[in-house]
Amino acid sequence: MFWVGSGSGPLSSDRAGSAGAAVTLVPMPYLDHAATTPIHPRAAEVLAAHLGVTGNASSLHASGRRARRVVEESREAIAAAVGARPSEVVFTSGGTESDNLAVKGLYWARRAADPRRVRVLASAVEHHAVMDSAEWLAANDGAQITWLPVDATGRVDPATLRQMLAEAADEVALVSVMWANNEVGTVQPVAELADIAHEYGVPLHTDAVQAVGQLPVDFAVSGVDAMTVTGHKLGGPIGAGVLLLGREVDCVPVLHGGGQERDVRSGTLDVPAVAALAAAAEVAVKDQPVRAERLRALRDDLVARVRTAVPEAMLNGDDSLDPSRRLPGNAHFSFAGCEGDALLMLLDARGIECSTGSACSAGVARPSHVLLAMGQDEARARASLRFTLGHTSEAADVDALVDAIGPVVERARAAAGMEPAVR
Amino acid sequence: MKVLAAMSGGVDSAVAAARAVDAGHDVTGVHLALSTSPASHRDGARGCCSLEDARDARRAADVLGIPFYVWDVAERFGHDVVDDFVAEYAAGRTPNPCVRCNERIKFAAVLDRAIALGFDAVCTGHYARVVDGDLHRAVDPRKDQSYVLAVLRPDQVARALFPLGDSRKDVVREEAAGRGLAVADKPDSHDICFIADGDTRGWLQQRLGRQPGVFVDAVSGEPVGAHDGAYSFTVGQRRGLRLGRPAADGKPRYVLDVEPVSGTVTVGPEEMLAVTTVVTGRPTWCGPAPELPAALGVQLRAHGEELVGVVEGDHAALTVTFGDQRPRGIAPGQTAAFYDGTRVVGSATINATRA
Repeated sequence: MFWVGSGSGPLSSDRAGSAGAAVTLVPMPYLDHAATTPIHPRAAEVLAAHLGVTGNASSLHASGRRARRVVEESREAIAAAVGARPSEVVFTSGGTESDNLAVKGLYWARRAADPRRVRVLASAVEHHAVMDSAEWLAANDGAQITWLPVDATGRVDPATLRQMLAEAADEVALVSVMWANNEVGTVQPVAELADIAHEYGVPLHTDAVQAVGQLPVDFAVSGVDAMTVTGHKLGGPIGAGVLLLGREVDCVPVLHGGGQERDVRSGTLDVPAVAALAAAAEVAVKDQPVRAERLRALRDDLVARVRTAVPEAMLNGDDSLDPSRRLPGNAHFSFAGCEGDALLMLLDARGIECSTGSACSAGVARPSHVLLAMGQDEARARASLRFTLGHTSEAADVDALVDAIGPVVERARAAAGMEPAVR
Repeated sequence: MKVLAAMSGGVDSAVAAARAVDAGHDVTGVHLALSTSPASHRDGARGCCSLEDARDARRAADVLGIPFYVWDVAERFGHDVVDDFVAEYAAGRTPNPCVRCNERIKFAAVLDRAIALGFDAVCTGHYARVVDGDLHRAVDPRKDQSYVLAVLRPDQVARALFPLGDSRKDVVREEAAGRGLAVADKPDSHDICFIADGDTRGWLQQRLGRQPGVFVDAVSGEPVGAHDGAYSFTVGQRRGLRLGRPAADGKPRYVLDVEPVSGTVTVGPEEMLAVTTVVTGRPTWCGPAPELPAALGVQLRAHGEELVGVVEGDHAALTVTFGDQRPRGIAPGQTAAFYDGTRVVGSATINATRA
């Protein structure tokens, strides 16, 4: 057992992947893989191996060429892993940047081509990186947003998108609908939505941050025009991501400078991170079918046993648990009469790490916009807790949660009568 | 003990939490988010509810190696402290929001929740002491905050931990620096935490609007000026009256009384501020209820001097009569805190005064 720093839980060394100088420490039980998943030992090894190597991938000399070669091999590996062409891979700093670039960049490009195109259609359950980018365009740059409603499971109805496009397609700059929701794990019919958008000549962006490595994801087959991917949700390093951008898709840059990435994204490339991201993506995609099956079984066990321990627990999201409809590693509950932050704290004190699903700047949990969009009331939204599994998850993690959840819910419920936040 | 340390982001609560850790307690830090729309940074010496303060509290918890969370008490604070503050001023009274916050938030909502979640006590950076189960003044008279804690009941005192009560402020700052707490040189907070710029009158005006009224001279009975809202004035106030006519004797005039319904603010000479008697509402006793009548130490404002008064009454109301040493400028709404030596006996809210 390791104890690292203060206030953090025990870290299990038996699951620590040792790779050269890099050691990955996985807290246990860690049930928050949707926030970030431990770096894969192979990716940590690649990262460490490149950290000491000098070279700007834009330099013309031998060191530069060496760095450029690493970048381009990584680009090809990532493209192969997600069904894209290498030229469609734009390296970024991660999901937030990719979402900003897609939403703002497509909006600006489409509006420049036709000033009538000022409408952004996005699902009501998008990540804040998409929502707030759209809101910023609305507040500062003339955009009009239409939030696509979702059903009680959090899914967009393709007929709704069709109807909205039929009304005013020539005013629409882009559609943005995530591949799978980060809170409740609901999988969207992205390919179908992309087909509909294309019927009306409108590009579609999808935030696939939670999907790659969890579900089969193929950029070309999906037909989407832009796709956000980030490293740290699939076993890569934090701070490295990709925007997959179709070759014919015009996009105005957000970051200006040297134009390193297709003139769409500037900034010196982080060669070690790019290489590690590629290593992680290769492993994540290669292992995806087996891992998804394993995680699904673990998750189903978790859901069943939490429901036994706390019969009133309500599963949020798609309760078919079918991997085509729900992320295999996602379980999301509301525990009526409890406050999510109290549950989280009580579990944390027992070394069990999970999430209330939505955080905010001061660390104050607000009721999730995703659950509210699914038609739940504030009390149920505040009573929610997300458990997400990933590549290091084991049955012992589920056992620990199942042992703790009953007493924790009971205690949190006793405290809820005195809840300071809600009146 | 399992201790919940309320951490404002200031130096006092950080050192208090550190001492609780040193004492061997199992400490968890909690920052209370009091505002629904916190400012991103702190402005001078005011407030404790900016995001910067939350971050400072988190950093202190990191240094101490304790778990840390933010609890959202904004709604409850808004209702029980901020709305109450506005309503009290609107009623011509002068509230003390820190007393209200201790009474209804820190040692009520937060303490109750902490106990329910399995904690044994709440620790704060207040300068006060608990000795043999009794609440006492701090040893540093300039920092003593027992006045704002005199609203605690015995069961709340029993669950409270005040590790700073034996220390002087400069010692606490040195200790913070020695412990590597970055908040060591942060300015002390004062004023009212939810009025960021310190302009209480302007803040109240935004919420209560313009309510024109007149100043009346208590000696002559004549109107001597006009104002935009009686709530802007508090008994004992001298500055900012902007009276149209000077007093006959040329001496400064003070606010003697605020009558919100008619909007009349009565002003008069300094000697008319003195009161012989204050009448309060229901008292809260920090320990066993005292035998009344009793001669007790009486403090009528934060950092005010302690006078001797004879306290009479029962569980519903008290009358406090002062001897030769009479308090001045006492407003309804203020808290009267009672002392027996350094021991805090209890407190009550002043409803009326008699000259």
